[in-house]
Amino acid sequence: MNHRPITEDDLHAYVDHVLEPERQAEVAAYLVAHPEVAKRVADFTGQRHLLRAALAPIAEEPLPAELNLSRIIEQGARGRSPVRWAMAAMLLLSIGGLGGWSMRGALQAPPSGLVALGQEAAVSYGVYAPDRIRPVEVRASDSAQLLQWVSDRLHRPVKVTDLTASGYRLMGGRLVATSHGPAAMFMYDDDQGSRIVVLTRPMSSADQNAPMTPQSHDDVAGFAWADDGMGYSLIGRATPESLRPIANEVRRQARSI
Amino acid sequence: MKDILLQVEPLIPALRRYARALVRNRANADDLVQDCLERAVSRWNQRRDGDVRSWLFAILHNLAVDQFRKTAARGRHVRIDETSEDDLSDAAAQEHRLMYQDVLNRLARLPEEQQSVLLLVAVEDLSYADAAKVLNIPVGTVMSRLSRARERLQQEIEGTKDTTPTNVVQMRSER
Repeated sequence: MNHRPITEDDLHAYVDHVLEPERQAEVAAYLVAHPEVAKRVADFTGQRHLLRAALAPIAEEPLPAELNLSRIIEQGARGRSPVRWAMAAMLLLSIGGLGGWSMRGALQAPPSGLVALGQEAAVSYGVYAPDRIRPVEVRASDSAQLLQWVSDRLHRPVKVTDLTASGYRLMGGRLVATSHGPAAMFMYDDDQGSRIVVLTRPMSSADQNAPMTPQSHDDVAGFAWADDGMGYSLIGRATPESLRPIANEVRRQARSI
Repeated sequence: MKDILLQVEPLIPALRRYARALVRNRANADDLVQDCLERAVSRWNQRRDGDVRSWLFAILHNLAVDQFRKTAARGRHVRIDETSEDDLSDAAAQEHRLMYQDVLNRLARLPEEQQSVLLLVAVEDLSYADAAKVLNIPVGTVMSRLSRARERLQQEIEGTKDTTPTNVVQMRSER
Protein backbone atom coordinates (compact mmCIF):
# COMPACT_ATOMS: atom_id res chain seq x y z
CA MET A 1 0.00 0.00 0.00
CA ASN A 2 1.10 3.49 -0.78
CA HIS A 3 0.44 5.64 2.31
CA ARG A 4 0.31 9.39 2.37
CA PRO A 5 3.14 10.72 4.54
CA ILE A 6 2.23 11.49 8.14
CA THR A 7 2.15 15.23 8.88
CA GLU A 8 2.41 17.24 12.10
CA ASP A 9 -1.25 18.11 11.65
CA ASP A 10 -2.04 14.39 11.60
CA LEU A 11 -0.28 13.95 14.93
CA HIS A 12 -2.37 16.69 16.56
CA ALA A 13 -5.56 15.42 15.00
CA TYR A 14 -4.63 11.97 16.34
CA VAL A 15 -4.27 13.42 19.85
CA ASP A 16 -7.61 15.23 19.47
CA HIS A 17 -9.41 12.16 18.06
CA VAL A 18 -10.58 13.94 14.94
CA LEU A 19 -9.03 11.73 12.27
CA GLU A 20 -11.01 9.42 10.07
CA PRO A 21 -10.72 5.88 11.49
CA GLU A 22 -8.58 4.75 8.57
CA ARG A 23 -6.10 7.59 9.00
CA GLN A 24 -6.13 7.11 12.77
CA ALA A 25 -4.95 3.54 12.17
CA GLU A 26 -2.23 4.69 9.80
CA VAL A 27 -0.91 7.18 12.36
CA ALA A 28 -1.04 4.51 15.07
CA ALA A 29 1.01 2.15 12.87
CA TYR A 30 3.49 4.94 12.17
CA LEU A 31 3.87 5.63 15.90
CA VAL A 32 4.67 2.00 16.61
CA ALA A 33 7.53 2.26 14.16
CA HIS A 34 8.73 5.66 15.45
CA PRO A 35 9.09 5.62 19.24
CA GLU A 36 10.54 9.16 19.39
CA VAL A 37 7.46 10.61 17.74
CA ALA A 38 5.28 8.30 19.80
CA LYS A 39 6.78 9.80 22.94
CA ARG A 40 5.81 13.32 21.86
CA VAL A 41 2.31 12.22 20.95
CA ALA A 42 1.97 10.50 24.32
CA ASP A 43 3.12 13.71 26.03
CA PHE A 44 0.52 15.73 24.14
CA THR A 45 -2.17 13.21 25.01
CA GLY A 46 -1.12 13.42 28.64
CA GLN A 47 -1.41 17.23 28.56
CA ARG A 48 -4.84 16.93 27.10
CA HIS A 49 -6.03 14.57 29.84
CA LEU A 50 -4.46 16.66 32.55
CA LEU A 51 -5.98 19.92 31.33
CA ARG A 52 -9.42 18.39 30.93
CA ALA A 53 -9.29 16.84 34.38
CA ALA A 54 -7.99 20.05 35.98
CA LEU A 55 -10.71 22.18 34.39
CA ALA A 56 -13.62 19.75 34.53
CA PRO A 57 -14.72 20.74 38.08
CA ILE A 58 -15.37 24.32 36.94
CA ALA A 59 -18.08 23.15 34.57
CA GLU A 60 -19.64 21.14 37.39
CA GLU A 61 -20.00 24.09 39.75
CA PRO A 62 -23.53 25.38 40.29
CA LEU A 63 -24.11 28.54 38.26
CA PRO A 64 -24.09 31.75 40.30
CA ALA A 65 -27.22 33.91 40.23
CA GLU A 66 -25.71 36.51 37.93
CA LEU A 67 -25.31 33.88 35.22
CA ASN A 68 -28.99 32.97 35.29
CA LEU A 69 -29.89 33.33 31.64
CA SER A 70 -33.63 33.80 32.16
CA ARG A 71 -32.88 36.75 34.38
CA ILE A 72 -30.42 38.23 31.89
CA ILE A 73 -33.04 37.94 29.16
CA GLU A 74 -35.60 39.66 31.38
CA GLN A 75 -33.23 42.47 32.23
CA GLY A 76 -32.35 42.83 28.58
CA ALA A 77 -36.01 43.32 27.77
CA ARG A 78 -36.71 45.77 30.60
CA GLY A 79 -34.08 47.46 32.65
CA ARG A 80 -31.40 48.21 30.16
CA SER A 81 -33.36 49.67 27.32
CA PRO A 82 -34.06 53.10 28.87
CA VAL A 83 -30.33 53.50 29.37
CA ARG A 84 -29.68 52.56 25.79
CA TRP A 85 -32.27 55.03 24.58
CA ALA A 86 -30.75 57.73 26.73
CA MET A 87 -27.32 56.97 25.27
CA ALA A 88 -28.65 56.94 21.74
CA ALA A 89 -30.43 60.22 22.40
CA MET A 90 -27.20 61.72 23.74
CA LEU A 91 -25.46 60.58 20.60
CA LEU A 92 -28.00 62.41 18.50
CA LEU A 93 -27.70 65.44 20.76
CA SER A 94 -23.97 65.43 20.32
CA ILE A 95 -24.24 65.70 16.56
CA GLY A 96 -24.03 69.40 17.04
CA GLY A 97 -26.07 71.84 15.06
CA LEU A 98 -27.77 69.23 12.96
CA GLY A 99 -31.35 70.19 12.26
CA GLY A 100 -30.94 73.31 14.34
CA TRP A 101 -29.80 71.47 17.44
CA SER A 102 -26.75 72.34 19.42
CA MET A 103 -25.28 71.21 22.69
CA ARG A 104 -26.08 74.62 24.12
CA GLY A 105 -29.71 74.11 23.24
CA ALA A 106 -29.68 70.63 24.64
CA LEU A 107 -28.42 71.84 27.97
CA GLN A 108 -31.34 74.19 28.26
CA ALA A 109 -34.80 72.84 28.97
CA PRO A 110 -35.57 70.36 26.20
CA PRO A 111 -38.25 71.53 23.81
CA SER A 112 -41.57 69.88 24.17
CA GLY A 113 -44.67 69.32 22.15
CA LEU A 114 -44.75 69.67 18.39
CA VAL A 115 -41.51 71.66 18.31
CA ALA A 116 -39.64 68.75 19.87
CA LEU A 117 -41.32 66.30 17.54
CA GLY A 118 -40.41 68.39 14.51
CA GLN A 119 -36.81 68.65 15.68
CA GLU A 120 -36.60 64.91 16.23
CA ALA A 121 -37.91 64.29 12.73
CA ALA A 122 -35.43 66.83 11.33
CA VAL A 123 -32.54 65.14 13.14
CA SER A 124 -33.60 61.72 11.88
CA TYR A 125 -33.85 63.16 8.40
CA GLY A 126 -30.41 64.71 8.74
CA VAL A 127 -28.89 61.42 9.88
CA TYR A 128 -30.64 58.87 7.71
CA ALA A 129 -31.83 60.58 4.53
CA PRO A 130 -28.27 61.20 3.21
CA ASP A 131 -27.24 57.64 4.08
CA ARG A 132 -26.33 55.71 0.95
CA ILE A 133 -25.66 52.38 2.58
CA ARG A 134 -28.49 51.80 5.00
CA PRO A 135 -31.00 54.65 5.14
CA VAL A 136 -33.60 52.24 6.47
CA GLU A 137 -33.09 49.22 8.66
CA VAL A 138 -36.08 47.25 7.43
CA ARG A 139 -37.00 47.55 3.78
CA ALA A 140 -40.47 48.14 2.43
CA SER A 141 -40.57 44.53 1.21
CA ASP A 142 -40.63 43.50 4.87
CA SER A 143 -43.07 46.16 5.96
CA ALA A 144 -45.21 43.68 7.93
CA GLN A 145 -42.17 42.88 10.06
CA LEU A 146 -41.33 46.58 10.33
CA LEU A 147 -44.82 47.48 11.54
CA GLN A 148 -44.81 44.64 14.03
CA TRP A 149 -41.49 45.81 15.42
CA VAL A 150 -42.30 49.48 15.80
CA SER A 151 -45.82 48.76 17.09
CA ASP A 152 -44.32 46.52 19.76
CA ARG A 153 -41.82 49.16 20.79
CA LEU A 154 -44.26 52.07 20.73
CA HIS A 155 -46.99 49.99 22.39
CA ARG A 156 -49.38 51.37 19.78
CA PRO A 157 -50.60 50.04 16.48
CA VAL A 158 -48.53 51.90 13.90
CA LYS A 159 -49.71 52.09 10.33
CA VAL A 160 -47.61 53.00 7.35
CA THR A 161 -48.96 55.59 4.97
CA ASP A 162 -49.19 54.79 1.29
CA LEU A 163 -47.95 57.87 -0.56
CA THR A 164 -47.80 56.46 -4.09
CA ALA A 165 -50.61 58.80 -5.13
CA SER A 166 -48.36 61.70 -4.09
CA GLY A 167 -45.43 60.28 -6.05
CA TYR A 168 -43.48 58.85 -3.11
CA ARG A 169 -42.62 55.19 -2.64
CA LEU A 170 -41.99 53.65 0.78
CA MET A 171 -38.31 52.69 1.13
CA GLY A 172 -38.72 51.21 4.60
CA GLY A 173 -38.14 52.36 8.12
CA ARG A 174 -36.53 51.93 11.46
CA LEU A 175 -36.92 52.62 15.11
CA VAL A 176 -35.11 55.81 16.14
CA ALA A 177 -34.18 57.27 19.49
CA THR A 178 -35.64 60.58 20.62
CA SER A 179 -35.44 62.38 23.93
CA HIS A 180 -39.07 61.31 24.36
CA GLY A 181 -38.41 57.62 23.80
CA PRO A 182 -38.58 55.42 20.75
CA ALA A 183 -40.14 56.68 17.54
CA ALA A 184 -40.93 55.01 14.26
CA MET A 185 -39.36 56.57 11.19
CA PHE A 186 -40.56 55.80 7.68
CA MET A 187 -38.66 56.96 4.63
CA TYR A 188 -39.99 57.52 1.15
CA ASP A 189 -38.45 58.63 -2.10
CA ASP A 190 -39.74 59.91 -5.41
CA ASP A 191 -38.59 59.31 -8.96
CA GLN A 192 -35.87 61.96 -8.61
CA GLY A 193 -34.52 60.25 -5.50
CA SER A 194 -35.72 63.02 -3.17
CA ARG A 195 -36.38 61.59 0.23
CA ILE A 196 -38.91 62.47 2.89
CA VAL A 197 -39.39 60.99 6.34
CA VAL A 198 -42.43 60.54 8.51
CA LEU A 199 -41.68 60.23 12.21
CA THR A 200 -44.31 59.09 14.67
CA ARG A 201 -44.29 58.51 18.42
CA PRO A 202 -46.65 58.74 21.39
CA MET A 203 -47.05 62.28 22.79
CA SER A 204 -46.99 63.35 26.41
CA SER A 205 -50.33 63.81 28.11
CA ALA A 206 -50.22 67.58 27.53
CA ASP A 207 -50.00 67.28 23.75
CA GLN A 208 -52.44 64.52 22.89
CA ASN A 209 -54.03 66.56 20.12
CA ALA A 210 -52.48 69.45 18.27
CA PRO A 211 -53.24 71.03 14.90
CA MET A 212 -50.89 70.72 11.97
CA THR A 213 -48.09 73.23 12.39
CA PRO A 214 -45.34 74.13 9.93
CA GLN A 215 -41.82 73.21 11.04
CA SER A 216 -38.55 74.55 9.76
CA HIS A 217 -35.06 73.53 10.83
CA ASP A 218 -32.16 74.92 8.84
CA ASP A 219 -32.63 73.66 5.32
CA VAL A 220 -35.33 71.10 5.96
CA ALA A 221 -39.00 71.81 6.47
CA GLY A 222 -42.22 70.07 7.10
CA PHE A 223 -45.19 69.75 9.40
CA ALA A 224 -46.03 68.27 12.78
CA TRP A 225 -49.33 67.46 14.43
CA ALA A 226 -50.82 65.18 17.06
CA ASP A 227 -53.92 63.06 16.85
CA ASP A 228 -55.33 61.04 19.67
CA GLY A 229 -52.05 60.75 21.58
CA MET A 230 -49.81 60.03 18.61
CA GLY A 231 -47.54 62.69 17.20
CA TYR A 232 -46.56 62.84 13.53
CA SER A 233 -44.00 64.85 11.69
CA LEU A 234 -43.26 64.89 8.01
CA ILE A 235 -39.91 66.37 7.00
CA GLY A 236 -38.22 66.82 3.67
CA ARG A 237 -35.93 69.06 1.72
CA ALA A 238 -38.73 70.71 -0.18
CA THR A 239 -40.98 73.73 0.05
CA PRO A 240 -43.73 73.71 2.71
CA GLU A 241 -46.29 74.20 -0.05
CA SER A 242 -45.27 70.98 -1.78
CA LEU A 243 -45.12 69.04 1.49
CA ARG A 244 -48.45 70.22 2.87
CA PRO A 245 -50.70 67.99 0.74
CA ILE A 246 -48.49 65.00 1.58
CA ALA A 247 -48.79 65.76 5.30
CA ASN A 248 -52.56 66.00 4.87
CA GLU A 249 -52.56 62.61 3.23
CA VAL A 250 -50.51 61.07 6.07
CA ARG A 251 -52.94 62.52 8.60
CA ARG A 252 -55.98 61.34 6.65
CA GLN A 253 -54.70 57.77 6.40
CA ALA A 254 -53.57 57.67 10.04
CA ARG A 255 -57.02 58.73 11.17
CA SER A 256 -58.59 55.94 9.20
CA ILE A 257 -56.89 53.19 11.25
CA MET B 1 -36.54 33.97 23.52
CA LYS B 2 -37.31 30.38 24.34
CA ASP B 3 -34.95 29.53 21.52
CA ILE B 4 -32.05 31.33 23.15
CA LEU B 5 -32.63 29.60 26.50
CA LEU B 6 -32.63 26.19 24.87
CA GLN B 7 -29.52 26.81 22.83
CA VAL B 8 -27.40 28.96 25.13
CA GLU B 9 -28.11 27.79 28.65
CA PRO B 10 -26.52 24.34 28.28
CA LEU B 11 -23.29 26.01 27.11
CA ILE B 12 -22.81 28.29 30.12
CA PRO B 13 -20.72 25.79 32.14
CA ALA B 14 -18.28 25.42 29.23
CA LEU B 15 -18.08 29.20 28.80
CA ARG B 16 -17.24 29.54 32.50
CA ARG B 17 -14.57 26.89 32.18
CA TYR B 18 -12.92 28.63 29.24
CA ALA B 19 -13.09 32.04 30.91
CA ARG B 20 -11.69 30.73 34.18
CA ALA B 21 -8.84 28.92 32.45
CA LEU B 22 -7.89 32.12 30.63
CA VAL B 23 -8.25 34.76 33.34
CA ARG B 24 -7.78 32.43 36.34
CA ASN B 25 -9.74 34.55 38.79
CA ARG B 26 -13.25 33.28 39.46
CA ALA B 27 -14.95 36.66 39.88
CA ASN B 28 -13.32 38.18 36.79
CA ALA B 29 -14.11 35.10 34.74
CA ASP B 30 -17.76 35.07 35.73
CA ASP B 31 -18.00 38.81 34.97
CA LEU B 32 -16.75 38.05 31.48
CA VAL B 33 -19.29 35.27 31.04
CA GLN B 34 -22.06 37.56 32.26
CA ASP B 35 -20.99 40.22 29.73
CA CYS B 36 -20.89 37.54 27.07
CA LEU B 37 -24.43 36.35 27.88
CA GLU B 38 -25.79 39.90 27.89
CA ARG B 39 -24.28 40.50 24.48
CA ALA B 40 -25.58 37.20 23.20
CA VAL B 41 -29.09 38.12 24.35
CA SER B 42 -29.02 41.56 22.77
CA ARG B 43 -27.49 40.30 19.52
CA TRP B 44 -29.40 37.05 19.26
CA ASN B 45 -31.38 38.18 16.23
CA GLN B 46 -28.31 39.52 14.46
CA ARG B 47 -26.28 36.34 14.61
CA ARG B 48 -25.59 34.66 11.32
CA ASP B 49 -26.56 31.09 10.73
CA GLY B 50 -24.05 28.68 12.09
CA ASP B 51 -22.90 27.08 15.25
CA VAL B 52 -24.19 28.86 18.37
CA ARG B 53 -21.33 27.44 20.39
CA SER B 54 -18.54 28.96 18.32
CA TRP B 55 -20.52 32.23 18.14
CA LEU B 56 -20.66 32.37 21.95
CA PHE B 57 -17.02 31.42 22.38
CA ALA B 58 -16.07 34.14 19.90
CA ILE B 59 -17.96 36.78 21.92
CA LEU B 60 -16.37 35.55 25.14
CA HIS B 61 -12.91 35.33 23.65
CA ASN B 62 -13.05 38.88 22.32
CA LEU B 63 -14.17 40.18 25.71
CA ALA B 64 -11.29 38.34 27.38
CA VAL B 65 -8.76 39.73 24.92
CA ASP B 66 -10.12 43.25 25.47
CA GLN B 67 -9.67 42.78 29.17
CA PHE B 68 -6.10 41.54 28.74
CA ARG B 69 -5.31 44.62 26.68
CA LYS B 70 -6.73 46.94 29.30
CA THR B 71 -4.85 45.13 32.03
CA ALA B 72 -1.64 45.28 30.02
CA ALA B 73 -2.19 48.99 29.39
CA ARG B 74 -2.37 49.56 33.12
CA GLY B 75 0.99 47.84 33.40
CA ARG B 76 -0.18 44.97 35.52
CA HIS B 77 -0.26 41.29 34.92
CA VAL B 78 -2.84 39.82 37.24
CA ARG B 79 -3.19 36.50 35.59
CA ILE B 80 -0.90 34.44 37.72
CA ASP B 81 0.14 36.07 40.91
CA GLU B 82 -3.20 37.36 42.11
CA THR B 83 -4.84 34.01 41.76
CA SER B 84 -5.62 32.46 45.07
CA GLU B 85 -5.16 28.75 45.44
CA ASP B 86 -8.81 27.97 45.80
CA ASP B 87 -9.87 29.99 42.79
CA LEU B 88 -9.28 27.10 40.51
CA SER B 89 -9.55 23.61 41.71
CA ASP B 90 -11.48 23.62 44.94
CA ALA B 91 -13.82 20.98 43.62
CA ALA B 92 -11.05 18.74 42.39
CA ALA B 93 -10.15 15.73 44.38
CA GLN B 94 -7.58 16.66 47.00
CA GLU B 95 -4.88 14.26 45.85
CA HIS B 96 -4.97 15.69 42.34
CA ARG B 97 -5.24 19.25 43.36
CA LEU B 98 -1.58 20.16 43.31
CA MET B 99 -0.98 18.38 40.04
CA TYR B 100 -3.90 20.18 38.43
CA GLN B 101 -2.86 23.50 39.86
CA ASP B 102 0.59 22.87 38.48
CA VAL B 103 -0.46 22.21 34.90
CA LEU B 104 -2.69 25.31 34.92
CA ASN B 105 0.14 27.44 36.26
CA ARG B 106 2.35 26.16 33.49
CA LEU B 107 -0.34 26.77 30.90
CA ALA B 108 -0.59 30.35 32.14
CA ARG B 109 3.04 30.92 31.13
CA LEU B 110 2.20 30.36 27.47
CA PRO B 111 1.37 33.34 25.27
CA GLU B 112 -2.36 34.04 25.45
CA GLU B 113 -2.88 33.12 21.77
CA GLN B 114 -1.40 29.67 22.38
CA GLN B 115 -3.45 29.12 25.52
CA SER B 116 -6.67 29.96 23.67
CA VAL B 117 -6.06 27.49 20.88
CA LEU B 118 -5.12 24.70 23.23
CA LEU B 119 -8.12 25.29 25.49
CA LEU B 120 -10.62 25.54 22.66
CA VAL B 121 -9.34 22.41 20.93
CA ALA B 122 -8.18 20.13 23.71
CA VAL B 123 -10.64 21.07 26.46
CA GLU B 124 -13.71 22.52 24.77
CA ASP B 125 -13.60 20.07 21.85
CA LEU B 126 -14.07 22.68 19.18
CA SER B 127 -13.15 21.49 15.71
CA TYR B 128 -10.10 23.17 14.18
CA ALA B 129 -12.42 25.03 11.82
CA ASP B 130 -14.60 26.30 14.69
CA ALA B 131 -11.55 27.34 16.70
CA ALA B 132 -10.39 29.29 13.65
CA LYS B 133 -13.76 31.05 13.54
CA VAL B 134 -13.65 31.90 17.24
CA LEU B 135 -10.16 33.31 17.00
CA ASN B 136 -10.75 34.86 13.59
CA ILE B 137 -7.62 33.30 12.12
CA PRO B 138 -7.05 30.77 9.29
CA VAL B 139 -7.15 27.07 10.12
CA GLY B 140 -3.47 26.81 9.21
CA THR B 141 -2.66 29.32 11.94
CA VAL B 142 -4.74 27.30 14.40
CA MET B 143 -2.61 24.26 13.59
CA SER B 144 0.72 26.03 13.94
CA ARG B 145 -0.33 27.69 17.21
CA LEU B 146 -1.62 24.40 18.54
CA SER B 147 1.68 22.77 17.70
CA ARG B 148 3.68 25.54 19.37
CA ALA B 149 1.37 25.51 22.39
CA ARG B 150 1.85 21.79 22.94
CA GLU B 151 5.63 21.92 22.49
CA ARG B 152 5.89 24.90 24.79
CA LEU B 153 3.65 23.41 27.48
CA GLN B 154 5.72 20.24 27.40
CA GLN B 155 8.90 22.28 27.87
CA GLU B 156 7.27 24.02 30.81
CA ILE B 157 6.21 20.73 32.33
CA GLU B 158 9.59 19.06 31.86
CA GLY B 159 11.96 21.97 32.09
CA THR B 160 10.71 23.52 35.30
CA LYS B 161 9.74 20.39 37.11
CA ASP B 162 10.92 20.85 40.71
CA THR B 163 14.15 22.45 39.55
CA THR B 164 13.42 26.14 39.13
CA PRO B 165 12.57 28.16 42.22
CA THR B 166 9.04 29.51 41.83
CA ASN B 167 10.06 33.14 42.29
CA VAL B 168 12.14 33.02 39.10
CA VAL B 169 9.21 31.69 37.18
CA GLN B 170 6.93 34.36 38.52
CA MET B 171 9.21 37.14 37.45
CA ARG B 172 9.34 35.70 33.99
CA SER B 173 5.59 35.67 33.84
CA GLU B 174 5.46 39.33 34.77
CA ARG B 175 7.07 40.62 31.63
